[in-house]
Amino acid sequence: MIWNETKECMSRDEMTALQSARLVKQVNHVYHNVEFYRKKMQEVGLEPGDIRGLEDIEKLPFTTKADLRDNYPFGLFAVPKSEIVRIHASSGTTGKATVVGYTRRDLDTWSESVARCITMAGLGREDTIQVAYGYGLFTGGLGAHYGAECVGATVVPQSTGNTKKLVTMMNDFGVTGIMCTPSYLLHIAEVVKEMGLEDSIKLKAAICGAEPWTEKMRLQIEEQLHISAHDIYGLSETMGPGVACDCEYHKGLHIWEDYYLPEIVDKDTFRHVADGETGELVLTNLQKEGMPLIRYRTKDLTSITHEKCECGRTAARISRFKGRTDDMLIIRGVNVFPSQIETALLEAGGVTPQYQIIVDRVNNLDTLEVLVEMEESSFSDEVKEIEALNKRVSHAIQQMIGLAVKVKLVAPKTIERSMGKAVRVIDNRKFD
Amino acid sequence: MAEGFVRQLTVFIENRVGTLQEVAEVLKDNDINIYSISLADTSEYGLLRMIVSDPDKGSRILKENSFSAKTTEVVAVKLENKVGTLSSLFGTLAEAGIGIEYMYAMATSRTGAMILKTSDGSKAVEVLKNAGFGLLDEEGMFNLE
Ligand SMILES: [Zn+2]
Repeated sequence: MIWNETKECMSRDEMTALQSARLVKQVNHVYHNVEFYRKKMQEVGLEPGDIRGLEDIEKLPFTTKADLRDNYPFGLFAVPKSEIVRIHASSGTTGKATVVGYTRRDLDTWSESVARCITMAGLGREDTIQVAYGYGLFTGGLGAHYGAECVGATVVPQSTGNTKKLVTMMNDFGVTGIMCTPSYLLHIAEVVKEMGLEDSIKLKAAICGAEPWTEKMRLQIEEQLHISAHDIYGLSETMGPGVACDCEYHKGLHIWEDYYLPEIVDKDTFRHVADGETGELVLTNLQKEGMPLIRYRTKDLTSITHEKCECGRTAARISRFKGRTDDMLIIRGVNVFPSQIETALLEAGGVTPQYQIIVDRVNNLDTLEVLVEMEESSFSDEVKEIEALNKRVSHAIQQMIGLAVKVKLVAPKTIERSMGKAVRVIDNRKFD
Repeated sequence: MAEGFVRQLTVFIENRVGTLQEVAEVLKDNDINIYSISLADTSEYGLLRMIVSDPDKGSRILKENSFSAKTTEVVAVKLENKVGTLSSLFGTLAEAGIGIEYMYAMATSRTGAMILKTSDGSKAVEVLKNAGFGLLDEEGMFNLE
């Protein structure tokens, strides 16, 4: 099934023409409505008229996450505040959130993006879909929810938390589709088994994203739950989930090029690389009004192909993600930068800024442990003093990254250092 | 050091096999005798509290060996080997409104003592002395051997 055949199966010429027209319009929109873009273009001597189509895209400067932070909270909004109907935000490295605003039409565009993905997974109006992403400022929950409503499915806004209750409802409501992080789905699969409901549930498809996972893990999910599992990609800066998703052939993720213009650039030269070559994914919002991003550097490494897919879609496909160009970790769907941990430690006090992050996956759930060196002066002969220090540090980290964390205090100068530089992150999860 | 106190050596023990042995070895190699020892354990780590022959040296060399260590003043109360001694000790402190943070026993061939860390050290020394308890000083500690 294809949700929007016109757009998803458009010929390359037609798509290029559509993208060019939308790019020209978008550049005009941001130039005239966002001071940040106007200044940036003027700095390199660009006027909106210089961008006549896709062929001119490389003339435009990049936008980065730092630009979003510097313009906190509403500096990149391109419409009057009265046109903004929704705000999402994610925590930032310095405690400042990354804020994204949506107009009513943006929400429709987003819903349509997710609707295409849901349809690709074989789900539609006859289905009952459980959304088990967190609802709130995080784009996962509401993004999936609106998409599922858009296709006319019966939506169960489960959110995360009580897994037994989730499985009970999955069984009782005859749920056929689920949207959540892949690691959470593996956990759900275990609970289904524990409750002896493998043969009773009606689940047939899952759409998972918000964290990196492997093809092996996807197959494991399919086998354990006897369903088809699909990989959905997105990032809150450019909209949320639904930028791309893989079809039943699982040969890359179809990216909705009429909304999100993809470029793959060399991670050092920032020039376009050829199809099939790995580089950083750069996205331009072609349709977004509230806060369109121009040439946004995602820091995600991937490659692209424009070949027509066996499913009939012509929408370009990006490969499964091959890593990041920065040190960002994705833990339980939450973006974590090691520098955030360092900031939290300095705020908490009583510990040195030496730390080691240990990420693991236990029973299919990501765990985060942080080893922290106590300052000599904060060492005490009383357990309660050390416990208090531990709590204070855990709390500071939790406040900073929004994730539960296990803090382990260690003696000064004990965190492993190689070449005088501490090994900051040990990620024991396997992504291949 | 104020009168009536002895110094305790406290060491942070990471929860992995062999740490206690490493501490004991460092002390042995530096000819430091351990008179009394107690381990407060949590699920993540332990605090090893000791009365040793040279607490300052012990603290210094343990730090040199990458341990967290420090000395703290605690009270060492001599205990007579008869019924009711502990009851009278705890009663004296409770009456004076002094809480016990932690304690552990020390025994030698000659006598026994209770090592106490209280909510108010100086007051504890005062009320215990007034109640007739014998307190050990660091010199007295050596003479127990
Ligand atoms: Zn396809």
